[in-house]
Amino acid sequence: MATQRKSIKRADAAKIAASEPDLGFTGESLWPYAPSPESTDHVVLQKRYELFIGGKWVTPKSKKYFATINPATEQVIAEVAEGNAADMDAAVRAARSAYEKIWSKMRPSERAKYIYRIARAIQEKARELAIVESMDGGKPIKESRDFDVPTASAHFFYHAGWADKLDLAFHGRPYRSLGVAGQIIPWNFPLLMAAWKIAPALACGNTVVLKPAETTPLTALLLAKIFEEIELPPGVVNIVTGARATGAALVAHPDVNKIAFTGSTDVGKRIQAEVAGTGKRLTLELGGKAANIVFADAPLDQAVDGIVNGIYFNQGHVCCAGSRLLVEESVHDIVVRKLRDRVATMRVGDPLDKNTDIGAINSKMQLDKIREMVAAGETEGAERWSSPCALPKKGYFFPPTFFTNVAQSSRIAREEIFGPVLSVLTFRTPDEALEKANNTMYGLSAGIWTDKGAKIFWMAQRLQAGVIWANTFNKFDPSSPFGGYKESGFGREGGRQGLSAYVEVG
Amino acid sequence: MANETKRLGMRLSVAKAYKMYVGGAFIRSESGRYYQVSGMTKGSADAEVVNIPLGSRKDARDAVLAAKAAQHGWSSRSAFNRGQILYRLAEVLESRHEELVTSLVRAGATESAAQIEVATAVDRAVWYAGIADKVSALIASHNPVSGPHFGFTLPEPTGIVAIVAPESPTLLGLVSTILPAIVSGNTCIVVAGESDPRTAVIFCECLATSDLPGGVVNVLTGRAKELGPHLAKHREINGLDVWTPDTSLRTQVERDGAGSVKRVKTHGAGAIAALRDERAGQGLGFVERFLEMKTVWHPAGL
Repeated sequence: MATQRKSIKRADAAKIAASEPDLGFTGESLWPYAPSPESTDHVVLQKRYELFIGGKWVTPKSKKYFATINPATEQVIAEVAEGNAADMDAAVRAARSAYEKIWSKMRPSERAKYIYRIARAIQEKARELAIVESMDGGKPIKESRDFDVPTASAHFFYHAGWADKLDLAFHGRPYRSLGVAGQIIPWNFPLLMAAWKIAPALACGNTVVLKPAETTPLTALLLAKIFEEIELPPGVVNIVTGARATGAALVAHPDVNKIAFTGSTDVGKRIQAEVAGTGKRLTLELGGKAANIVFADAPLDQAVDGIVNGIYFNQGHVCCAGSRLLVEESVHDIVVRKLRDRVATMRVGDPLDKNTDIGAINSKMQLDKIREMVAAGETEGAERWSSPCALPKKGYFFPPTFFTNVAQSSRIAREEIFGPVLSVLTFRTPDEALEKANNTMYGLSAGIWTDKGAKIFWMAQRLQAGVIWANTFNKFDPSSPFGGYKESGFGREGGRQGLSAYVEVG
Repeated sequence: MANETKRLGMRLSVAKAYKMYVGGAFIRSESGRYYQVSGMTKGSADAEVVNIPLGSRKDARDAVLAAKAAQHGWSSRSAFNRGQILYRLAEVLESRHEELVTSLVRAGATESAAQIEVATAVDRAVWYAGIADKVSALIASHNPVSGPHFGFTLPEPTGIVAIVAPESPTLLGLVSTILPAIVSGNTCIVVAGESDPRTAVIFCECLATSDLPGGVVNVLTGRAKELGPHLAKHREINGLDVWTPDTSLRTQVERDGAGSVKRVKTHGAGAIAALRDERAGQGLGFVERFLEMKTVWHPAGL
């Protein structure tokens, strides 16, 4: 990518720099970078991956496989088994047997040590996992390397410590594990979501059947290899890859005690309706349309970086993305100008390049969805700005984009886009900001930018969202409960409160 | 009785009109529909047969508006103040002990069972009054996150909760389901037990004289099978707590609630029976059902 950029003469650069505050970036980089791709030599992928059931790699009863591709190159990187209802049944049986014979009977301190082993192994294989995550899902290597993989390991470390302290977690109330947990995870943070799901389930004494997302199954399968290597008892975690029908078979299985789902609100509603009357426990982590609220008294440069991180992190494939920017009217113009200047410097391209800020859109389907929503924004009269950055010829890419003059009622202000597209709205008073921020069926996250601590608390008390970031955005920690209000789902992941999703407390 | 009242010199008793309790007012159904409940006991001024409002979908929607209007005010009161009001409710219930016993007996309970139920209900109200300002301390957390942040997680009320109360225990069922929902700041819409909602109406009179703001608890009379699904589908309702041995109704509200990702809790005969138990029928777990956890990352720095 970087080599395609025309270098700018030093004198021109100085001229441009002197024209502050409007830098007038054109997308041409002032500082051309040489390509710096992470080497993939170290990583050896199998041509084909089977299902991981009962501690063994088994060929699917369906006899079917599907290709998983690198969205940055559109090339097939491996074939993966497509589990059907019979495969799912085998996985649930294995999980049930492991639950009854081993995992629920094991001393909690021993369970803890298995989970610690998983955490360590993820650290040891961090580089491999990060590379495969970026190859399979398209996210920039700097994010998979510095965020996804270390945070996944941290979740196992954190929950390992809970395994033998559950008696302290619920104020002495009686508690018991649930049994077999069926978990369905999305493609935006494949390994991290697997960790968020598996770690608390195991710590609380449950066994697991995990269904990774169709477009990003590889790191979950590498995690299965870790389970094998650390000698996790067979059947404690089973990984059944596949698409929607595979997940539906898991939800429908009568011997599953709990379903945990992270994904779209539409699918979440269908799952909730499906489990009605079955007695299965359910937690849902669904979509969002978070307001990121910038007050005039905010440190604006810091806020602009936060806005960028809020919406362009992971190509905007983030359920808690700050996709609605609410700016106090008096600073709208300067914030938009700073935002444009900042975003114009972002590098879109090869996910494996260490300088890449925005990688590939996860799939063709998602790229089409983003294009459709952006077209809707234009049709509805909002003003579009897209970074003029060059895009690779192959692969699924979309330039970082934002809309100004967005009406509250327009689709791009109401619907989740799940891409690098921001809608900018304005407000005049804190009450108006609240009104607009809460005017959504979602309630996953929100951001507040101001210099006044009291204002942060005042806003935080009134925002209807499960996670509120003040003067920061998109921060995660295993000790910090995460989850939504309203139609963004129910249940929490992380922290002491997250344990409740995997135990029955008396 | 009829002959006696015709006798000259006798005083005709004034029978009470039983109404629904919505937005702090006692109202009839907007639909004009009613159904009849019979049975009386000594000491009651009521007629042998009384007319009960048969609540409609529109009544349910009106109740949601009342619950929504009351939500902000109730949830922003101090936890201590909510506790005070619940304690006042316990006092009022105790003062109407005999009337409540009479009403339960009229609905079919034995005298001794009714005595126990009222006493347990009063004590349970005291228990919930006392937990109002401890919920946060028991559930909230400081989150030791990395980076320059002060992280914490606090419980907040879910919002508007619709409750289908158990038929029996009547009074104890209302106390055991409504109080844990409102103690944290939720407001609610309750469908009273269908077979004899007169005790529920007396309970509402206690609510109305306990300084509980109008709209915090709204009680509809009518058919759970009719009103339950309407409430389950209503998008402004955030939580659903359904107590019925009717499996098909439980499944239906669970399915209907999915359309707006409601927090749906259903309870069958076993759980209903357990409400009579002094310990199993109350607890922090009842309060936790309709709480949301809010995590805040506050900056720490100069």
